[in-house]
Amino acid sequence: MTKKQKKTLWRILIAAALVLCATLLTRLLPLPMYARLALYLVPYLLIGYDVLRKAVLGILHGEVFDENFLMAVATVGAVALGDYAEGVAVMLFYQIGELFQSYAVGKSRRSISDLMDIRPDSANLEGSDGALSVVDPDEVPVGAVIVVRPGERVPLDGTVLAGSSALNTSALTGESVPRTVAVGDEVISGCVNGEGLLRVRVSKPYGESTVAKILDLVENSSLKKAKAENFITKFARYYTPAVCLGALALAVVPPLVLGGGWTTWVMRALTFLVISCPCALVISIPLSFFGGIGGASRCGILVKGGNYLEALARTGTVVFDKTGTLTKGVFAVTRVRPAPGHTEAALLELAALAESYSSHPISKSLRDACKNVCPNGLDTRRAADAREIAGQGVCTLVDGAPLYAGNARLMESQAITYVPDDGVGTVVYLARDGEFLGSILISDEVKPNAQAAIAGLRAQGVRTIMLTGDAEAVAKQVSGTLGLDEYHAGLLPADKVERVEALLAAKTPGSNLAFAGDGINDAPTLMRADVGIAMGALGSDAAIEAADVVLMDDDPAKISLAMRLARKCMRIVYENIVFALGVKAACLVLGALGIANMWWAVFADVGVMVLAVLNAMRMLAVKKS
Amino acid sequence: MVKKFKIEVDCANCAAKIEDAVKKLPGVNHATVSFMAQKLMLDAEDARFDAVVKDVVKTAKRVEPDFEIEL
Repeated sequence: MTKKQKKTLWRILIAAALVLCATLLTRLLPLPMYARLALYLVPYLLIGYDVLRKAVLGILHGEVFDENFLMAVATVGAVALGDYAEGVAVMLFYQIGELFQSYAVGKSRRSISDLMDIRPDSANLEGSDGALSVVDPDEVPVGAVIVVRPGERVPLDGTVLAGSSALNTSALTGESVPRTVAVGDEVISGCVNGEGLLRVRVSKPYGESTVAKILDLVENSSLKKAKAENFITKFARYYTPAVCLGALALAVVPPLVLGGGWTTWVMRALTFLVISCPCALVISIPLSFFGGIGGASRCGILVKGGNYLEALARTGTVVFDKTGTLTKGVFAVTRVRPAPGHTEAALLELAALAESYSSHPISKSLRDACKNVCPNGLDTRRAADAREIAGQGVCTLVDGAPLYAGNARLMESQAITYVPDDGVGTVVYLARDGEFLGSILISDEVKPNAQAAIAGLRAQGVRTIMLTGDAEAVAKQVSGTLGLDEYHAGLLPADKVERVEALLAAKTPGSNLAFAGDGINDAPTLMRADVGIAMGALGSDAAIEAADVVLMDDDPAKISLAMRLARKCMRIVYENIVFALGVKAACLVLGALGIANMWWAVFADVGVMVLAVLNAMRMLAVKKS
Repeated sequence: MVKKFKIEVDCANCAAKIEDAVKKLPGVNHATVSFMAQKLMLDAEDARFDAVVKDVVKTAKRVEPDFEIEL
């Protein structure tokens, strides 16, 4: 509790005790009216002085219709009508409600901020003499060396000079599997260091580091307001004066028409005023969005504003860039087909040996695949005299015998009978002594959960489209595996923007188009789409800048998760609007009819708000699957 | 110039009203008050930014006497 809240709590306790005393005294002793008034006035002023002060200031400043004014008029009115106890009690309960509200909001604000608390407090700067000094991350220059101790947060982006460790990136990505780093690897600020001690050379000043960028984004997110949020503040602007006029009419018109009964109708009008406080309405909406943004950020999904959550919830089409979004964007061995009499491992080992002198990405992928099947590593001494055959492949002496590794043309030129591999990607055929050994298919791998991601989107009724610069055959195969609705192949980067423009023009109104890319060269498309989603943004500044929704890791399943979260958030927003308005409207009617009294009124104001706050907090309970 | 300020506002409706009032001030290009983040983002004319900030604080205090700001 803050100091302000503690003070209010004491005021409430003392005032409650005083009211109790006053009630007992007036019951036991036959006191004159002014004595009773004085007895109740003490707790009333104690509990209500700030409301009265603000009401008076409001009137002086021309801000008439605020809740302080409403409460002041209602309670002063009750006292004037002789209902001393009721006047004080209503003020008391109003303050209890306000305290509860401020506590609940403060608590939810903190729990959301904690989710996003990745700010490093200090850095251990290594001096030229090797001594460490603790400094503000802001003060560390680029090129300096810092030491990150076990359990500490990495304060700045940089490269590991010494040590190895497992970094916990869950605060950034929502991913619980730690990322292992060793000498030469890049570390990203905001991660928490595991067991090892790391010496890191700083590569960026704090202001440009990942953690500063993310914090900036998160802090600004609540400044971009959703339509629902603006609607409700606009609504409140008309609603409060309207209700006040209604209350005035209620107090004056019926007694004039019916001729009398002033006290009853004025009392009802006062009840009307208390019910009408707009705060529950106004607070529940931004709180829901704030909770939505907080809940999403816990999963490694950064949404740049409530307006984008709103847009995401209405997304009917998701357009994907293929490479780096649905596929890994790196070459890897996807299939090994040994000829009869040979094993996969042996084939891979031979291929890796044949290509051991090449730095081509394909050769690298062969060597990587070999690492998995040959635990002892590659003995490159077995390979010698590698000779490149342009446009066909290589011929290398392996264990003294010439080994041919290359494409179909190489096999044909060597007059080798081979089994063609019709897989999509690059095929490496191997042959030795005129004998065909087998083939290895190398292609860009589809991400492991891409299929689930597409299925998840389609289950939500979202149309999925893939754009790619790759050839038709590759696009068709990937699209078929993933079950996409549509694909467009052979597109140049500029064509992609055009294609998205065309899709935007053709979409049904009210349904948004989201574009998901890896942010490297699709910034224009990200900006053009209704919702731009950048993936694998950890370390890519351009993507963070251009996108509206930033996925910290490169898991495409996060897209469907983000949409589910957005829809849940919007559902809560609408629930809160309908609930708050519904209860208020019902209580207003009941109040006008004389059924609802002051107590109902206080519930309609404070109770509704507390329930709306609790409902909004559901956004923080996120199921990751 | 765009600058962010840490503020203290107690009620959501007051925050909305402050935002409204501040937006109407001369010299203010744009302003947003976030009740949840307790932040005020002010985009105002460079030349008289400090003077505009003073106006903003005065206006905000008029709308909500409990308004606090860290300058």
